[in-house]
Amino acid sequence: MDLFLQQTVNAFALGGTYALLALGLAMVFSTMGLINFAHGELMTIAGYILMACGLAGVPFVFSILLAIAAAVLAAIVMERIAFRPVRNASGATMLVTSFAVSMILQVLFQNFISARSQAVLVPEILSESVRFGGLVIGVNKIAAIVTTIVMLIFLDRFMKHHRIGIAMRAAAEDFSVARLMGIRANTVIAGAFALSGFLAGVAAVLWVSQRASVDPLMGFTPVLKAFIAAILGGLGSLRGAVAGGFLLGFIEIYLAAYLPASMQEFRDPIALCLVVLVLIFRPNGLIPSPALKAEKV
Amino acid sequence: MSALLTVQSLQVQYGAVQAVRGVDLEVREGEIIALLGANGAGKSSTLNALVGLAPASAGRITFKGQDVTGSAPERFASLGMTLSPEGRRVFGTLSVQENLLMGAYSMQDKAKVKTAFDRVFDLFPILRERREQFAGTLSGGQQQMLAVGRALMSNPRLLLLDEPSLGLAPKIVEQVFELITVLRKQGVTMVVVEQNVSMALEVADRGYVMASGRIAASGTAAELRNSDTLQAAYLGAE
Repeated sequence: MDLFLQQTVNAFALGGTYALLALGLAMVFSTMGLINFAHGELMTIAGYILMACGLAGVPFVFSILLAIAAAVLAAIVMERIAFRPVRNASGATMLVTSFAVSMILQVLFQNFISARSQAVLVPEILSESVRFGGLVIGVNKIAAIVTTIVMLIFLDRFMKHHRIGIAMRAAAEDFSVARLMGIRANTVIAGAFALSGFLAGVAAVLWVSQRASVDPLMGFTPVLKAFIAAILGGLGSLRGAVAGGFLLGFIEIYLAAYLPASMQEFRDPIALCLVVLVLIFRPNGLIPSPALKAEKV
Repeated sequence: MSALLTVQSLQVQYGAVQAVRGVDLEVREGEIIALLGANGAGKSSTLNALVGLAPASAGRITFKGQDVTGSAPERFASLGMTLSPEGRRVFGTLSVQENLLMGAYSMQDKAKVKTAFDRVFDLFPILRERREQFAGTLSGGQQQMLAVGRALMSNPRLLLLDEPSLGLAPKIVEQVFELITVLRKQGVTMVVVEQNVSMALEVADRGYVMASGRIAASGTAAELRNSDTLQAAYLGAE
């Protein structure tokens, strides 16, 4: 029972990070139909800022703020330079563009920083753990869970009560009609990128806090997982992204915990099979996006 | 009275398909114009081109004396021209209130937004009752009212209504036309695209009849009611 609870905490921590990343992907996808594979590089950028701040002796709290700010800025610049020119192009063009951006950034990191993994100075408190009865929970796990909850509440409030948040929801459902209302396409898309950068930055801080290192390909795996989570939840649906992120986190952690040792190497294939199984029964994901419904009517 | 909107030899092209092949029309302040014609005659394309949703490949659109040809759709709400689109297209996952708030997106002044809310809620008391409800859960007639209400939120000088009675029960259709007469009393200039020709000509001052992307006939509502061109335009005869 203790092991189960322990793993559940781990699942929440990992699933929360996937959820934040998947939310970022979903926001951009729902407003402009782009699956941004360069999302992972936003994470990596935030990771390198954490590294640089650690070397420069900046207090960790400020490093976090700087890292997140850098990810937001990078996301806005990315949209302006790479994605705005192909905004009205086909989905395939945008997808290839995002791959190109991703690869260019990876090569830049490899050549100008280092191809090898770099250590990041993380406060010791994060690697300590707390006892709750029979449970031993890492401070970094608690931080991840609390951060995820705070972020989800913040985003929910923003999307429900802020004018731009409501406009983003409107645009996700019907972009042309939203423009008719005077909602500027640039505002909504840049806003979606800024928020996705913000989420990637937060996810990067959580990711790096647990691993204390950063490398040029750091963002690739978590964002690939987040992409799977976004599809699992229903591509373009924000609630779906959160649900998919957590579900994928749970699947991965429980498989790692309960699969016999001889089967462990098949963990990822089994996880993906479970995802496919869900999609067979819910082809549009757990919580399909509203735009999809609108098209059917 | 001077023209509020002038359209000169407007053409709209979607790839190889030319939907509008040179349309001229004029809307004067305070008028209600009916834009009639069979399916595929180019009525909706014309309206969409007016607000930048469809690309105008040739021609000139002048609104309030300004050349607005090729402007982005987001400019028109603040200029004073809005469209209630075909098929209503309310934001189904937004509440009624949020839909209306989006209609007022172009207005900075909070007091004006409040006045606009009061006006729309007075026109459509049912929307006030259901303001917390998701727009997707409203009935077709209520969604139509919301679509018109949303278009009215920015206080437009010119309101474009694309098929406001489409798919609605006869009783609701009557309400829609009543609404048009109420709006006329409030001084809103309107262009109405309609399938329901007899009702449209009852409320309109003037009308244009489109056939295969061109204006086939135009005149006062009374003239059009009595002319053969209208029938010809629908039946495809010359």
